[in-house]
Amino acid sequence: MRLPFGPIELPPRETFADRESLLAKVMLAPAVLYVAVLVGIPFVLAILLSFSNARAGSLSFSWVGLSNYAAVLSDPTFRRALLNTVIVTVAVQVLVVILATAAAMVFRAAFVGKRIMRFFLLLPWAVPITLAVMAWTWIFDSTFSVVNWTLKVAGLLHGWLYWLGSPTLGLIAIIIVQVWRLFPFATVIVLAGMTSIPQDVVEAAIMDGAGFWRRLFQIELPFLLPVVTVAVLFGIVYTATNMSVVYLLTGGGPADSTHVLPTLAFQRGIEGLDLGQGAAIALFLLPFLLVAAIGMLRIARRSEMGSP
Amino acid sequence: MSRYRLMRYARRVGVYVAALGFVTFAAFPFYWMALTTFKQNKDLYVSATNLKHVPWIFNAAPTLAHLKLLFTQTAYPQWLLNTLLVVVAVVLITVVVAVPAGYSLARLAGSWGEGMGIGIFLTYLIPPTLLFIPFSRLVAILGLQDSLWSLVVVYPTFTIPFCTWLVMGFFRSVPWDLEEQAMIDGYSRLGVFFRVVLRFAVPGILTVVVFTFTLVMQEFIYALTFISSVDKMTVSLGVPVALVRGDVYHWGALMGAALITSIPMAIVYNLFMDRFVEGLTLGAVKG
Amino acid sequence: MAAVEIRDLHKHFEGHRAVDGVDLSVEDGEFVVLLGPSGCGKTTLLRTIAGLEEPTSGEIRLGGRVLSRDVPPRARKIAMMFQSYALYPHRTVFGNIAFPLKALHTPRDEIEEKVRWAVRMFDIERYLDRYPRHLSGGERQRVALCRAVVREPQAFLLDEPLSNLDAKQRTTARDELKRFQEDVGITTVYVTHDQVEAMGLGDRIAVMNAGKVHQFGTPAEVYEHPADIFVATFIGLPPMNLLESIEALAPAGMLVGFRPEHFLPRSAFGEDEDVTTFRYHVRRVEYLGSERYLYGSLDAHEDPEKPIIARLPAMLRLEVEADRTHEFAVHSGQLRYFDEESGQRRDPPGAARGRADA
Repeated sequence: MRLPFGPIELPPRETFADRESLLAKVMLAPAVLYVAVLVGIPFVLAILLSFSNARAGSLSFSWVGLSNYAAVLSDPTFRRALLNTVIVTVAVQVLVVILATAAAMVFRAAFVGKRIMRFFLLLPWAVPITLAVMAWTWIFDSTFSVVNWTLKVAGLLHGWLYWLGSPTLGLIAIIIVQVWRLFPFATVIVLAGMTSIPQDVVEAAIMDGAGFWRRLFQIELPFLLPVVTVAVLFGIVYTATNMSVVYLLTGGGPADSTHVLPTLAFQRGIEGLDLGQGAAIALFLLPFLLVAAIGMLRIARRSEMGSP
Repeated sequence: MSRYRLMRYARRVGVYVAALGFVTFAAFPFYWMALTTFKQNKDLYVSATNLKHVPWIFNAAPTLAHLKLLFTQTAYPQWLLNTLLVVVAVVLITVVVAVPAGYSLARLAGSWGEGMGIGIFLTYLIPPTLLFIPFSRLVAILGLQDSLWSLVVVYPTFTIPFCTWLVMGFFRSVPWDLEEQAMIDGYSRLGVFFRVVLRFAVPGILTVVVFTFTLVMQEFIYALTFISSVDKMTVSLGVPVALVRGDVYHWGALMGAALITSIPMAIVYNLFMDRFVEGLTLGAVKG
Repeated sequence: MAAVEIRDLHKHFEGHRAVDGVDLSVEDGEFVVLLGPSGCGKTTLLRTIAGLEEPTSGEIRLGGRVLSRDVPPRARKIAMMFQSYALYPHRTVFGNIAFPLKALHTPRDEIEEKVRWAVRMFDIERYLDRYPRHLSGGERQRVALCRAVVREPQAFLLDEPLSNLDAKQRTTARDELKRFQEDVGITTVYVTHDQVEAMGLGDRIAVMNAGKVHQFGTPAEVYEHPADIFVATFIGLPPMNLLESIEALAPAGMLVGFRPEHFLPRSAFGEDEDVTTFRYHVRRVEYLGSERYLYGSLDAHEDPEKPIIARLPAMLRLEVEADRTHEFAVHSGQLRYFDEESGQRRDPPGAARGRADA
């Protein structure tokens, strides 16, 4: 039996669309170009600006060498902002890891209403950060603070807390908001990591009579370490480089005491029109990013080598 | 009841109390948003020193006055529209650029592709905070200051890296056999991408859309730096910046705006959370 | 339809020689099976024919046309069936079968006509609107065959298509495949590691190992006259028994082999038949219903790792007890001789004399 149809014409030779190696480059090129042009160029420009006295609104500028850096380093407001950035970043990561691990443990234990609880837990991450910060600003309001009312009614507060009006309370408020924003995300990541813990190892440990704490520290946490590290590295980037929380909550005040690097860079560079100094301040964020980038690369490399 | 069962019972109660604690911490600001949105001013602006007035509940009948103010006397509807426009444009750019790139990295590129992939991912770590100052300069040179186009051009710098990484995972899950079968069946490498593979990436592309949407809703620094006219603002900029200014603090309207914007975001985000986590952790951990 | 010619084909992956100098001529309409253990290069050879792998060197011709590296798979006039059948999950049966035709911009009514013709041939008309996930393994195979045939390929390549089916389905699917191939008369290259499939389907079998073709012949040739030790031991279940350096039978440096089913009690042969007898110590008897396997050793040849196996058909009712030494024999004509060094088959040592006698 032969096929009851006429012959079929096929394309005789390959065309551009068949050439895999060429296609690979062509398909990747727009993304690489977009990112190279719109991240690479501004990044280089940021470094160049930091060595200039460029001001917004005028196109002329001259090179001033390290004088922006010198000015910034001798400025107590900057030193305060740098210290605040470190304090907030570190404090937030520590609190988030503790809270997220605890929350993940709790949420893993099977119980009813898990889905709805999860929904509420994830709210802080979902909501536009600026709107959430406005809610917190209202919660910490100097006259109408519900926190103060509740503490007073509970008999825990005798004086009055001006949350956003004092350097220490301001920083605490900033840390609370950042923790609130980040811990749900970290919880979800840790939960995902928990499913990767081999159950037979845990069961073997139970059979061997290991108690809750020993199981936690000797078996579960080591397994969770890579995933928690990822959460922390992302957390560092999110916290250290975030501007909106401080900008909207305290505005860097009172008396520039709660500035972090991003808000100070904005104040000097955009509001103060001094692009050079703003760029110099923002560049002090690089070490934070470098830590995160190197950490992620190491994790990526380790998992490539096939260790668990 | 035996001691063992009592202990189990106690542990169970403990778990619930702890869970409730976490949920309260997470959800409290939203409760506060909702309460503020519908409270009458006389119920709202009572000093916290008045311990007899309980701020946690409605002490007077709920009202829609704040929402009415928000929609009729502020630029909030305009901000919603602006946000939508930016989202649509950014989504289009992101999908067109990131989806082919993700496929290239997943399937076509060899060893140099791996390095490229990691390079693209690392740019995701370079934050707006580092770039907004040079960008303010570039945007001025391009004549895009105080224009939504500035956001449309700049936002893909963080959606493209993330989304490339995300769709790469989806493309990797397409069975090799199918692609080769399609090549045998008469399609070119490019034809296979359009006719067979793209169909598998639909959930990925949907995730890209949602992710871009949430990112645009979250973004603040660039919008603050580039946009100055109230009627050009996006929601995330307009609500905190343009509703507070002035003599009167419209806390009711402000919280109403926050609430209305938050609810759809929360629902969408919940549906896609697992995918994001996968994109982030698998992307980072599994390389 | 067309013949496939392969000349000195090499495919190397970073120093590993997956295909190492293969010559193969598949005639027009012939069914050729590439048989070998996993990793022997048979799938790589098939994929190179399909154009999914670029050969390192060598030449492939299809119907006289050279398939050089700038002829992509879609321009090769071939069809291929994968182990998974690779049906497009988001398309219906109709959509799957029509897919190759759409690539050719075939007019809609012609697509319709060809698809109908194909599904009628395989009796799956009622499944046209179903999705692959709702089909059984056998039905999927039929859809894949339909999809292959509507393109009117000059050659049909199959990569272990039956290995995803269970044992029962496999027999029917094998029969269906062979009937289809005979009906359409299409040149077919079929890859498998299952020798039963190979023997049952192939007009000729190419036995491969380590990137090379060891023997290319009909199933009977490959079984009866294995070209070397690899073929002798790879084909046949249990494999051929091999004896080292038995002086009485062969000069030093030669191995003697015989198949288990030819190794029978002496009493099963006639008194005057030309047989070679062995004293066979039976260690264990395995009763398998249709036959019995005996495991044991010869006096002259003791190696507990490699037992000498005899395979007695059920109709041979002779009593054989374990832990006893019996008198066994092989027809002298069924003995095969191999060079110990090269592994190649050699003529029997007495052959020259035998011929002289005649």
